[in-house]
Amino acid sequence: MSEPPLVEASSLVKTYRLPGVGPFGRKSARPALAGVSFVIRRGRSFGIVGESGSGKSTLARIVLALDRPDSGAVRLEGRSLFDLPRRELRAARAHMQMVFQDPYGSLDPRQRVEKIVAEPLAALVGTGRAERRARVKDALEAVGLKASDALKHPHEFSGGQRQRIAIARAVITRPKLVVADEPVSALDVSVQAQALNLMSDLEREAGVTFLLISHDLAVVAHICETTAVMYRGRIVEIGRTEDLFARPAHPYTRELVDATPRLDRPTRVAPLAPAEGGAPPSDGCPYAERCPFARARCREQAPTLDVMAEGDRRVACWFPLT
Amino acid sequence: MLLEVAELAVDLPTPQGWHRVVDRTSFSLAEGESLGVVGESGSGKTMTALALMALTPESARVSGSIRFEERELVGLGEEGMRQLRGDRIAMVFQEPMTALNPLHRVGAQVAEPLKLHRGLARSDARRRAVELLEHVRLAEPERAARSYPFALSGGERQRAMIAMAIGCSPRLIIADEPTTALDVTVQARILALIDGLRAESRMAILLVSHDLAVIAGHCDRVMVMYAGVIMESGPVDVVLRQPRNPYTLALLEARPRPDAPRGARLATIPGAPPLTYDHRPGCPFAGRCALTIDRCWSTPPPEVGFGPNHLSRCHRAEEVGDR
Repeated sequence: MSEPPLVEASSLVKTYRLPGVGPFGRKSARPALAGVSFVIRRGRSFGIVGESGSGKSTLARIVLALDRPDSGAVRLEGRSLFDLPRRELRAARAHMQMVFQDPYGSLDPRQRVEKIVAEPLAALVGTGRAERRARVKDALEAVGLKASDALKHPHEFSGGQRQRIAIARAVITRPKLVVADEPVSALDVSVQAQALNLMSDLEREAGVTFLLISHDLAVVAHICETTAVMYRGRIVEIGRTEDLFARPAHPYTRELVDATPRLDRPTRVAPLAPAEGGAPPSDGCPYAERCPFARARCREQAPTLDVMAEGDRRVACWFPLT
Repeated sequence: MLLEVAELAVDLPTPQGWHRVVDRTSFSLAEGESLGVVGESGSGKTMTALALMALTPESARVSGSIRFEERELVGLGEEGMRQLRGDRIAMVFQEPMTALNPLHRVGAQVAEPLKLHRGLARSDARRRAVELLEHVRLAEPERAARSYPFALSGGERQRAMIAMAIGCSPRLIIADEPTTALDVTVQARILALIDGLRAESRMAILLVSHDLAVIAGHCDRVMVMYAGVIMESGPVDVVLRQPRNPYTLALLEARPRPDAPRGARLATIPGAPPLTYDHRPGCPFAGRCALTIDRCWSTPPPEVGFGPNHLSRCHRAEEVGDR
């Protein structure tokens, strides 16, 4: 029997209730995830791109079991996270860690680096003081900091170093999965390069698989073998990252690729959408209202995520571009 | 020349004494031209932009010369600046929520400079505000005018702020990271809008960004700043294709390239930008730069010219290779 995938998300649905605008406004329900399924294999980092409101951060929280879906399941190495008894969930969490965008806000300024980095070890049973100290030292050295940095406070470090502290904390339990939500977007270019190199090293040498969420296609392409493009709570296209960005099949993927600023060519701008934010999705394809290629069928019936001829690429579009 | 800046310096007080955040920068901007200012945090790019509007913190010391439409702005005073701001020079900020008043309707805010600088009556100003919101291609301009800022999306707010900025047909727009907080698809449309407005009215743009690629697509010229110093300046296509300063080259090589193989090593710049300006006599990039020699620590680098308007401040500029 083949080993189960590292992560298997199936049919995740999550709806948030929003308070109405104004004192008498009606409450509305916004689907953050409208049926999302994907598989992450060990050693093959997985990227998620999409704009704000696409549901990508909700997805990250659910994969980490920080939030529960309305329906659907997340399996970590074959075990369903939301069916685990509390104690086992706690143990499972030690195998999954998180790196946030903001290296300033995510580190407690009053604590020493040692305590910050060691914090996830609390989820592991029986790590004594000596082992804890040794692990902190290893984790700091793995991210290119010095063992003596353990005694300092976060404010003594630059932004890039603080993000390395956050990464050291994420890898101290030797997790199998690290969920990184925009881990480098608050960093300067020169420092961002250090963090990306570090992530590549950790994947290769420490066996960490990343679930990387980013708005920056180049960052995702640098780390992830497979990428999913999300739009309004759905995966609209998924496949090998390089193929996806070289030959987008979904018009939304193409819009993202065209809009990304590049040094070697001017950006191509899609015609202005009727309204940014716009009307709620109807029965049809949620992208139809913005899509320059939409036809009658797109407004009547939502396409499902179907396998394309070239194999591991899937796209939710009636009229794919390639 | 619309704008001529000479030896502009900005010092901020710190407990350790004056801290120079902009160090004797000189540049100029012609009508209709678009100049990009790129740099990492602490490079002085935002403080340079604020100095042009006399919006530096009150405690700051600003010296040098800023000539705009033949008038000297350094020492002009708040009253004189208030007449220029929002009329001849306008500013677009990164986060429109900080520039828009959350308690006032968008239309009234767009109308405000028209009443102040053009003496328009309230009803005329309101009508003109709706036209401006339409001009920046906000869907349903009437509805947007009646809305409060929080009811608009990030992209819609940025369009509203641009409408407010262009109301009095300014000759210069200073845009500080105008699209950094927006999604890439929205960013592309806002930048295209700014390009279009510049083409139709011949106003000049100073675009401040941390992203070289944004500047590459939307500016005629670029200046690369580091620790308050302009390290290199010149036509965008020349500087990006053939940088003559090691810092520019390092910035270009640290970027992940969409077509590079996965996991390829990115070039990094060792160390971190100086957090506080230290009064070293030499080049601010000395030590982090791979080409550092003794002279870089002791002597300020000269400005070396390459071709028309392409300048690099480096002792070893001639050795910085072709890309």
